[in-house]
Amino acid sequence: MSTAGDAPKRRGKAPAGERVADWADGRLGIYSLAKANMRKIFPDHWSFMLGEICLYTFIIIILTGVYLTLFFNPSMAEVEYHGAYVPMQGVHMSQAYATTLDISFDVRGGLLVRQIHHWAALMFLVGMFVHMMRVFFTGAFRKPREINWLFGFLLLVLGMFTGFTGYSLPDDLLSGTGVRFMEGAVLSVPVVGTYLAFFLFGGEFPGTEIIPRFFVAHVLLLPGIMLGLVVAHLILVFYHKHTQFAGPGRTEKNVVGMPLLPVYMAKAGGFFFLVFGVISVIAATFTINPIWVLGPYRPDQVSTNAQPDWYMGFSEGLIRAMPAWEMVLPGGYTLNLGVAIPLVIIFPLVLTSIAVYPFIESWITGDKREHHILDRPRNAPTRTAFGAAWISLYFLLLVGGGNDLWATHFHLSINAITWFVRIGFFVVPVVVFIITKRICLGLQRRDREKVLHGRESGIIKRLPHGEFVEVHEPLSQEQLHTLTAHEQYKPLEIGPETDENGVRRKIGPVQKLRARLSRGYYGEGNQVAKPTAEEFKELTSGHSHGH
Amino acid sequence: MKKLSARRRHPLAALVVLLFALAATGGLYAAFAPADEAKADTSAASSQSLAIEEGEKLYATGCSSCHGTGGQGTSDGPTLVGVGAAAVDFQVGTGRMPAQSPGAQAPKKPQVYTQAQIDQLAAYVASLGPGPSIPTEEQYDPAGADSAAGGELFRTNCAQCHNFTGEGGALTNGKYAPSLDGVSDKHIYEAMLTGPQNMPVFPDSVLPEEEKREIIAYVNDVQGEDEKSPGGFKLGGFGPVAEGMFAWTIVLALLIGVAVWVAARTAKARKS
Amino acid sequence: MSSHTGSHDVPDENLPEGRESTHGEAATRAQNPFADPGLPPHEPRVQDIDERAAKRSERTVALLFTVSILATIGFIASYVIFPIDQYVFIWPLGEISALNFSLGMTLGIALFCIGAGAVHWGRTLMSDHELIGERHPIEADEPTRTQVLADFSQGAKESQLGRRKLIRNTMFGALAVVPLSGVVLLRDLGPLPEDKLRHTAWERGKLLVNQNTDEPLRPEDITVGSLVFAKPEGLEEGTHEFMAEIAKAAVMLVRLEPKDIKDKQELDWSHEGIVAYSRICTHVGCPVTLYEQQTHHVLCPCHQSTFDLADGARVIFGPAGHPLPQLRISVNEDGYLEAQGDFAEPVGPSFWERG
Repeated sequence: MSTAGDAPKRRGKAPAGERVADWADGRLGIYSLAKANMRKIFPDHWSFMLGEICLYTFIIIILTGVYLTLFFNPSMAEVEYHGAYVPMQGVHMSQAYATTLDISFDVRGGLLVRQIHHWAALMFLVGMFVHMMRVFFTGAFRKPREINWLFGFLLLVLGMFTGFTGYSLPDDLLSGTGVRFMEGAVLSVPVVGTYLAFFLFGGEFPGTEIIPRFFVAHVLLLPGIMLGLVVAHLILVFYHKHTQFAGPGRTEKNVVGMPLLPVYMAKAGGFFFLVFGVISVIAATFTINPIWVLGPYRPDQVSTNAQPDWYMGFSEGLIRAMPAWEMVLPGGYTLNLGVAIPLVIIFPLVLTSIAVYPFIESWITGDKREHHILDRPRNAPTRTAFGAAWISLYFLLLVGGGNDLWATHFHLSINAITWFVRIGFFVVPVVVFIITKRICLGLQRRDREKVLHGRESGIIKRLPHGEFVEVHEPLSQEQLHTLTAHEQYKPLEIGPETDENGVRRKIGPVQKLRARLSRGYYGEGNQVAKPTAEEFKELTSGHSHGH
Repeated sequence: MKKLSARRRHPLAALVVLLFALAATGGLYAAFAPADEAKADTSAASSQSLAIEEGEKLYATGCSSCHGTGGQGTSDGPTLVGVGAAAVDFQVGTGRMPAQSPGAQAPKKPQVYTQAQIDQLAAYVASLGPGPSIPTEEQYDPAGADSAAGGELFRTNCAQCHNFTGEGGALTNGKYAPSLDGVSDKHIYEAMLTGPQNMPVFPDSVLPEEEKREIIAYVNDVQGEDEKSPGGFKLGGFGPVAEGMFAWTIVLALLIGVAVWVAARTAKARKS
Repeated sequence: MSSHTGSHDVPDENLPEGRESTHGEAATRAQNPFADPGLPPHEPRVQDIDERAAKRSERTVALLFTVSILATIGFIASYVIFPIDQYVFIWPLGEISALNFSLGMTLGIALFCIGAGAVHWGRTLMSDHELIGERHPIEADEPTRTQVLADFSQGAKESQLGRRKLIRNTMFGALAVVPLSGVVLLRDLGPLPEDKLRHTAWERGKLLVNQNTDEPLRPEDITVGSLVFAKPEGLEEGTHEFMAEIAKAAVMLVRLEPKDIKDKQELDWSHEGIVAYSRICTHVGCPVTLYEQQTHHVLCPCHQSTFDLADGARVIFGPAGHPLPQLRISVNEDGYLEAQGDFAEPVGPSFWERG
């Protein structure tokens, strides 16, 4: 691109690379694409790299997953094991379990690849969760990025199910227990549950079909959809250009940072290798899902510590905390609400509540503008409190899903922990909501003080009349700007019930709800007014007299 | 512990006779002894009675306050008539007895008595009523036993409470199945034989001696000194919960640490 | 403001002032103390002004890349040198596979060093001038919008879709119906349930076989406090049939004192206090086998449903909706335990047609 200036000279003796590029441009039009993107600006912030962790672990999972399919046989045919692992010699097991043992003990490096695959899968889900929280708490989901938020959400949900199907493939005792759980959950679906279960399993549990079918879903169907969504997600990130935090020179109409070529390429490309390297070292030193000690699945065997991988843990917590509730309807039909309510109703509800949040917030604010400057979490107290409450619920259910381990490690009664989760399900999110909001308002107040009175310098000064005061250093222009850059909405007013002529105005209940929510977000006591220029000038002029 | 039946010459025969008798008389219920017979001690009668005497003294000071002066049991402790020497060797040998404080269950502790004293206590308790005797080494020595078969048995009979590799697990209301880490072969055998506290009994009629040895061989393969963990540190062997915690803490911290370094601005000349 | 549609139902005064009003104009700074001072001037790094420091960075990057090359050689060497079954003790990890450890560490170092080299290069030697990119509103401008909408109406009009309702309706009909072929094809995914969930392998006269020894059980084998797992006779391990049948037929046997049995039917269906219960949890089907011999409670490790075996396997805690089904047993003339029939109700998790 730099030689564009001397174009006439180029024709005869262009370097080879340039000729290849010209050839490609003539067929693919790469130069126009590169013009828009090669020097694309990306802002630098560590939290903007969380999404990259997801992307890179996804690539690692695909690379290692392809390798694993070369050796794995997703068949439930019964065989007697005669491989290298002694404590399984002569044990009856499915082909799927036997070939997973072979990958671990007969294929050199197979164990490493399996462990990289599984650790990367856990980190993929952790990364998506943390990335989603970053986007949530900074308000990066606002217009124009709502659709990308939904893409990301779909990736999280699909990732959960891809993980679940993959975890089930080795047909070991732990994952088989999970599959049995799934069968029970499907059976609990009213009216069609029994048919669904028979179609899914190709007959009665366990049958011979579920592992081959999960295999197709795990290596083809789900990752295929996810790959498409990942590409769409990235295209939108490029198209929208990245958000940035408020700061000097950063506005809604620009993006400040480093160009894709070369700095971002080096950093992002390098980060891929760093992530891959860290996960390889973890896979070399920490074992994950040692299926050889779990044994092959048998429907009459079980082990304690029967849990799914962490991303399914909150559904496990829901099902453990739910009290029994089963009824027989007239006509002899059983409604198993003890399973159906947590899995068919609450599980999707917990996930959907966070997915639709951007639309709820934009409905409350009525704001149809684009937002590219990120919020600091403290400056959106109600949103931050909602997010914290959601996380607290999620993690409470994770605790509930591992209640047996909490019981043994902290010498508690498993029944007491279950009761704690049952009550906490209703109490903890509310308490966390209130506390988080208080903290946010406190931080807003502190920012306001800092802007108006300067930073506490820690220097104590004695005034002529003997009084001791702490010297406050005034903030720099950059800091003043950054601390006051956030927007503050005014609460929505629906006005008086009657208009000036005394006629009742029509105000629908939806509009009233919206006004109430708006007050809850932006009304008195729900945000701290940021300092105005007048307040600041008045105080600073007073100060300068004092000094 | 239930009240145990009276003496008999041959264990199985006596048990069969007793059971038929019970069935015939329509459920006059005494109690049942573990199928394992208290084997006649071959040592000299005099040394045996001396051991019982010594054991009785130890019992009177250390055990009688809970289990009663004649081992008949009180509200604080079950009867010891018929529990057998194996139960004493297990309970006192693993430090569970004497119990320190009331609780959901007596935990494993450093043992209070020497092995000689435990043998004397065991001899005394065995004299109260017949029960399983302390196993000999050839009964519990796992050398040469098929550990793969033991694994199958372990997953059928033991893993539901003690976890895949014997890490232990939770039971109801604060009770728990303890970890098998560091438990000696003899004590594992005795536990299966006597069913300490809430653990079920696995008598030889249900789980023959040979199969108990196979189970011990398997436990030694996956837990304890000979254990191998090819994939690396095993994170306690608790399965996905521990793995998830590790992913959320250590691995996430490492990746974020790297991300902070990648995204940070390089030091400016003026400041350095 | 980027929005040309604006807000129809919210008066604009509810929206906060746009940031554009404070956008780095020097003139406004006097009036507005919070005005954007603009991007601070670029400050050079050590590497920008000191060639020796730059050289040092270059050497570090090159060193990292070299270490990566060496680590890859180490990876290949480990693959060749270490047999797959060799174990090493590495504190504090334990007795681990030498091959897994060496391959993973060398691969990790090789990858990490490439990444570290690239990032160090990017951070210390590539230009660190912050650049400003302009943003443009996503929404199209008004002429484009009008044009597109007009084009669309014209296209729609030319297709005559709106005018020729018959075509429109039959087309929607055809498109709505055609996916049914795909749904129909799914029918053979599995057989219909019929009454398969209602029957197990148990039937009158079938012996209860000890799963540990494969021998039929006699009452005297089962002592108070013991726990025995049984399967119906004739079921051989290592086959599909075994997996399918044991998933429903697995039972556990315990002996209780008849006086401790609180449930009358339980007592009737027992033999001398020996009771046989389904091992498949009525919640979602895990084997419930955590038997506490002193309390007679049995706990499910999956979701902590707790059943009282001395009281008809009543649910005393947890999410299970109904008791474990009991298998009626007695003794045959040879003195072996046998089933008196199949379970009286379906075993395992409940389902819609269970009743």
